[in-house]
Amino acid sequence: MVKGQFSWKDYDAGNTKHEWDLQKIHAAHKVLTEFKYDKNKIEKGFANKTLYINLTTNEIKEKPVTDDMKKKFTGGRGFGLKLLWDSIQPDTRWNSEENDLVITTGPLCGSTQYPGSGKSLCLTVSPSTNIVCDSNVGGYFGPYLKFCGYDALEIQGKAKEDVIIVIDGEASVIRIETAPLEEINTHLVSEQLTYMYSSKDDERSRQRVSVVSAGHGAENSYWGCLNFSFWDIRRKVARLKQAGRGGLGTVLRDKKIKGIVARVDKFTGVENAPENPEAAAKVGTKIQKEIRDLDRYQCNMRQVGTAHLVEIMDAYDLLPCENYRFGSFPKAPKIYSMKFFENFTRVIPDGCWHGCTMACAKTVDSFEVMTGPYKGHRVTVDGPEYETVGCGANMSLWDPKWIIEFNFYCDTYGIDTISSGTAIAYYMEMFEYGILNKERCGGLELAFGNFNAVMQFLHRMADGDTDEFIKVAAKGIRRVKDWLKSKNWGDHQLIEDAGMESKGLEYSEYVTKESLAMQGGYGLTLKGPQHDEAWLIFMDMVNNQIPTFKDKAEALHYFPMWRTWFGLNGLCKLPWNDVEPANNAETNDPSKVPEHLNNYVEYQNAVTGWNINKEELILQSERAYNWQRALNVWMGRGQRRDDWIPYRSMGPVTELEYVSRQERYDKQLAEIMNKPLEEIEKMDVGKKVKLLYDHRRNQYQILSDAVYMRRGWTQNGVPTPVKMKQLGFADEQKMLDFLAKKIQEDEENGLNEWGGVYSESEEKPSKERRYWESW
Amino acid sequence: MTEIKRAKILKFNSEKCVGCLECEKACSQVHFKCDDGGEKSAIRIHEKDGKFQMHVCNQNGLCIDMCPVGAIERMPNGTVILNKNICVGCQACVAFCPLGAMKRSASRIEPFKCISCGACVRACPEDALELVEVDIEEIKQIVFNNYGGANHG
Ligand code: SF4
Ligand code: SF4
Ligand code: SF4
Repeated sequence: MVKGQFSWKDYDAGNTKHEWDLQKIHAAHKVLTEFKYDKNKIEKGFANKTLYINLTTNEIKEKPVTDDMKKKFTGGRGFGLKLLWDSIQPDTRWNSEENDLVITTGPLCGSTQYPGSGKSLCLTVSPSTNIVCDSNVGGYFGPYLKFCGYDALEIQGKAKEDVIIVIDGEASVIRIETAPLEEINTHLVSEQLTYMYSSKDDERSRQRVSVVSAGHGAENSYWGCLNFSFWDIRRKVARLKQAGRGGLGTVLRDKKIKGIVARVDKFTGVENAPENPEAAAKVGTKIQKEIRDLDRYQCNMRQVGTAHLVEIMDAYDLLPCENYRFGSFPKAPKIYSMKFFENFTRVIPDGCWHGCTMACAKTVDSFEVMTGPYKGHRVTVDGPEYETVGCGANMSLWDPKWIIEFNFYCDTYGIDTISSGTAIAYYMEMFEYGILNKERCGGLELAFGNFNAVMQFLHRMADGDTDEFIKVAAKGIRRVKDWLKSKNWGDHQLIEDAGMESKGLEYSEYVTKESLAMQGGYGLTLKGPQHDEAWLIFMDMVNNQIPTFKDKAEALHYFPMWRTWFGLNGLCKLPWNDVEPANNAETNDPSKVPEHLNNYVEYQNAVTGWNINKEELILQSERAYNWQRALNVWMGRGQRRDDWIPYRSMGPVTELEYVSRQERYDKQLAEIMNKPLEEIEKMDVGKKVKLLYDHRRNQYQILSDAVYMRRGWTQNGVPTPVKMKQLGFADEQKMLDFLAKKIQEDEENGLNEWGGVYSESEEKPSKERRYWESW
Repeated sequence: MTEIKRAKILKFNSEKCVGCLECEKACSQVHFKCDDGGEKSAIRIHEKDGKFQMHVCNQNGLCIDMCPVGAIERMPNGTVILNKNICVGCQACVAFCPLGAMKRSASRIEPFKCISCGACVRACPEDALELVEVDIEEIKQIVFNNYGGANHG
């Protein structure tokens, strides 16, 4: 184990070395197109151009970034939405010719002075949800893309054969090249391309190359992620971060892209050209010091990354165990963060971009692979992070080594650990009930805890196995639900209620049964059930800070807006609230971390030269957020029925779950029904499950009513033209006309109605049914 | 690689110092080719309770492991140096320096630190400064890397 103060040159991660004839591999490339360009000088965080590539026609061109675009969409994910809006149609699907794969940066992306400033936001029409998905990722590609002269990269069309795209900021040229001989799985192809395209054969040159890729798993499932590389000069490997959610890697491979390479000639730390570098460095150093002094007493990110959450979630009954049936488990201590700490390499600065001293990007070095095509190899595994460990709990895999192996193969096969882990957990529960069995699973004994079956499933999937189960299962829970029902293999309601997906996307790893606000945090979202919009469990369930529907709605307005802001700027969210100033608890709004909010206002102003305040900061997000919702509605989704969530996320689906937390549920029922506890205790469990079922589903509808109104939408969840105009979209006539027409249609179809059933004592959010008309 | 064992660090004889700040000016010459001293000097002399104090890097090397691009290294003579041609200005070393001795001036993004060159020693009219050799093991510091600070120390 590393002791510290070693020269970066001397460290040896102890991994298996590869012998490739890179010259031969490179010689097999055929250049399809070459595009020479003049590199824009970056000004105040913007390169002011985006890059457009069409793989069908091999056209490459630039698009300007206008002031109007910045005003409406700010940058990053906002730019991605704008580019998509200009390119796709309502019926565009993930594999349509015109579907765009967009990688964006954001004005603060590529600075080094504030921790967490290297994020890219990736967008596309998702195979899982048929609407736009967005996913945030670290690694060096985003910053390098910008230093090559582009705020965003947009790829349309499909290549006929496997290609790579090379964005060469050194020579100011962009090339599409065929790439027949490169590997496809990420841990190999990212290393090959890094060696091939670094200007010199040394670690520092390799650090100036970044590769985006996905593996064989992405080709054969809807769970494809994008792996962004960041070359580690100490470990001497291409480290990886993932844009995991929504199937971006599936789209990458559908376009036949093996890798996207960006390289820069130099990097000095001021390329992002802030208006006021001094102010940026000052506010950045302040938070770096906070991380130094406080992290070890707070989240311990620097030592174990997000894995520190495992024990907390287990303690609060929030760790998803055996497909979210339980929130804690007797074996859970076997996968507490300490167990991973023992495997992680220490002391190395593990930020996914320069200057991130949160350093959450931990690795296990020299891990000996136990199964599959790389069995016996020693590799560096990035992670596992909390979500991946949570998937371990969900699949009942209680050995850290098993979770690390699962993590390694998901990464190199280019699939999202969250979607695949959550889905497999569901298949395992169906297996337990006999709805699935060995025969129906292509010979896999997919029972909870069967590590070998999990790995077999992944290997066969990546291998393109044509077994019916493998093929359907690789498309995720939504498709499997429909498949199971069509086969009539089990109770339809159970099949629907137990599978943790909404909008077609799998849940991330938190149990939400006891927090209504968090149910909204997963359901009332743009891209699907991911906790990046709001994480309200503690505010709601533990600290009881948002007791009323109105409070919850306010939180479900504010936090999604605030968290969206990171993606507009190319920032990581973790340095916002995964370290807090020592006096944060005494401030008037600790959950918002007011001091850090101020930091971000200062930071954005320092880079862009704008002069915004806290309120305008939220407004930036509100614009992008509402635009994305409107885009979803335009694509035929993004309405109340699409915001529905499976009952497993609201309450106990099975009697077993009820009984396992009987005291809690009995007490709640006694309160709801206004009956003595003794009477409830005597009731039939099945009946109690049903009572709770009806109650909680209605609660969720009442919550949706309140949230839609707070966000400025109709009861069907459609953003109103009035709201859009207030946000600054008055000249976006096509969108405004569409929304007006849609709301009129909803009116005719009776969809502009409250979704909840209100009792005498309960108040509706507004007395007016068409409340939005009077704004 | 042979292990580097000894390093030269600055030693201050407080009673000899008269507070003329010639050392700071000399240091500014080394790092910024100017006589400004103050925030452009790696060594700072402060007066506290009628006595002078020196504030400077002691070559403990904690910053070496903080640098994402490997710009900070210990030289064969034991001195820790920052190569500003490699540095990307992230300030991680500044923030994590246990002594506050990794400095940054507003005039450029790359930090700077004492390189034990002895310019200040030579500039001091009162012989208040000297370079002394120490065992690196005595001064060495490693960034905190235990499991949790609260319970696990
Ligand atoms: S906190 Fe972690 S994910 Fe965020 S920027 Fe830093 S290293 Fe990357
Ligand atoms: S400021 Fe420069 S020398 Fe210091 S840690 Fe960052 S890159 Fe390394
Ligand atoms: S030894 Fe050199 S670098 Fe160090 S304080 Fe003196 S003049 Fe400055």
